[in-house]
Amino acid sequence: MIRSAARPKVEVQDLNAWFRGVHALRGVTLTVPANTVLAIIGPSGCGKSTFVRCINRMHELVPGAHQSGHILVDGQDLHARGVDPVDLRRRVGMVFQRANPFPTMSILDNVVAGLKLNGIRGNHAEIAEKSLHQAALWDEVKDRLQTSALSLSGGQQQRLCIARALAIGPEVLLMDEPASALDPIATAKIEELIRELREQLTIVIVTHNMQQAARVSDATAFFYMGELVEHGPTEQIFTNPKESRTEDYVTGKFG
Amino acid sequence: MALKKHTDRTYDAELEELRSKLLTLGGKVEAEIAQSVRALSDRDSKLAEQVVGSDREVNRLELEVDESCRRLLALRQPAASDLRFITTALKIVVDLERIGDLAVNIAERAIDLNQSPPLRPVHDLTRLAQLCQSQVRKALDSFVDADVDKAQAVIKDDDLLDALYHNLFNELLALMMEDPRNIRRANSLLFVAKHLERLGDHATNVAEMVVYMVRGTDVRHPHSRETTGQP
Repeated sequence: MIRSAARPKVEVQDLNAWFRGVHALRGVTLTVPANTVLAIIGPSGCGKSTFVRCINRMHELVPGAHQSGHILVDGQDLHARGVDPVDLRRRVGMVFQRANPFPTMSILDNVVAGLKLNGIRGNHAEIAEKSLHQAALWDEVKDRLQTSALSLSGGQQQRLCIARALAIGPEVLLMDEPASALDPIATAKIEELIRELREQLTIVIVTHNMQQAARVSDATAFFYMGELVEHGPTEQIFTNPKESRTEDYVTGKFG
Repeated sequence: MALKKHTDRTYDAELEELRSKLLTLGGKVEAEIAQSVRALSDRDSKLAEQVVGSDREVNRLELEVDESCRRLLALRQPAASDLRFITTALKIVVDLERIGDLAVNIAERAIDLNQSPPLRPVHDLTRLAQLCQSQVRKALDSFVDADVDKAQAVIKDDDLLDALYHNLFNELLALMMEDPRNIRRANSLLFVAKHLERLGDHATNVAEMVVYMVRGTDVRHPHSRETTGQP
């Protein structure tokens, strides 16, 4: 079910993006209501990752990249004068495909790294505990907070990265294939986490795993060759899509 | 349904195998109806015995269809039209098997009736039997051709079948009142008529599922929809 809100949390209007001469996104328009999960599916190279990278202005960090169109978070244009990208990325967090904890830091230091970097004051130990709880990792690490982050398993490292992203209190969480390198149990934990986090934030998740999209999301968007082919309630996309290209993709008749 | 092939060709082959099993099953129950009705009209008890015997094959096919569906659901995680096809298969196989059972019931009544002298020919029973056979055939055709128009015609014609059944009911009731010695045979014929009418209902169920399979919209129970919260 898509929860209705007065104003969508994220609004994307006629977004085009290019890098190294590739037209990666072609006139994408969609909205993400607050406290919902949007799953982005599509074959490799369809623009999924570029799309989420535009939402926290990471795309523009790629040399030679540029874009047109508008992205609004809470009605505010990301490229409006005076919007600080660093500040924006605090509100719009990102979790990547490969868990990337800071290798030389302890578990605790990893979680509070964003707070320190951004000069956010407050009780860091308390925020760390809360974030680790939110990321469903607390019970597994509470007795070894000072050990190296690399002592954790892959799934734990990924949840640590989620805790790190949550510590700075984002309103939107972008997840780029957060579970593709994890085993089924670790994947189930991340998926459970996504459903819980939805109560507090708005999530956009890129995934190659269609069953995962079906399980965790409220709405699903199918991208193909930089184009948004179809965007609708997840149940509809997987039981009765409107577009034949979506039908071919979700049934496995592509290519 | 769609002409486009799956990237994984063995998946296509598995879906095709399921479809062909359903069609074999459909063909068998169609034949059972025709034979049971003929056993009654031609007073051919031997043919009726054949129908009773052929039901084992129908039951075996039902189990095979169920097994294929379970395997596809577990191993392929089907989506969209494939999901609708497989869930439709799971539902219509129950209707087809029931149609087979009803044909057997008719055959059993025929064996019983053939032991007594014939009752005055009941004209509407032949018409009812013909209509039922045609309903089952059309429902199966609509499934094979994924033809919504044909399926909807089946759903619509069920009213005709019900009306015929009610005529027949009154006709047989009159026969019973006319002479108490008719009661036993007329009652058996009434059962046959009821079995045929039920058989038509199963054909309607198949047709309704075909509409769902093709369009993705459920046309069953339109008046119960508000309470279930379905769109």
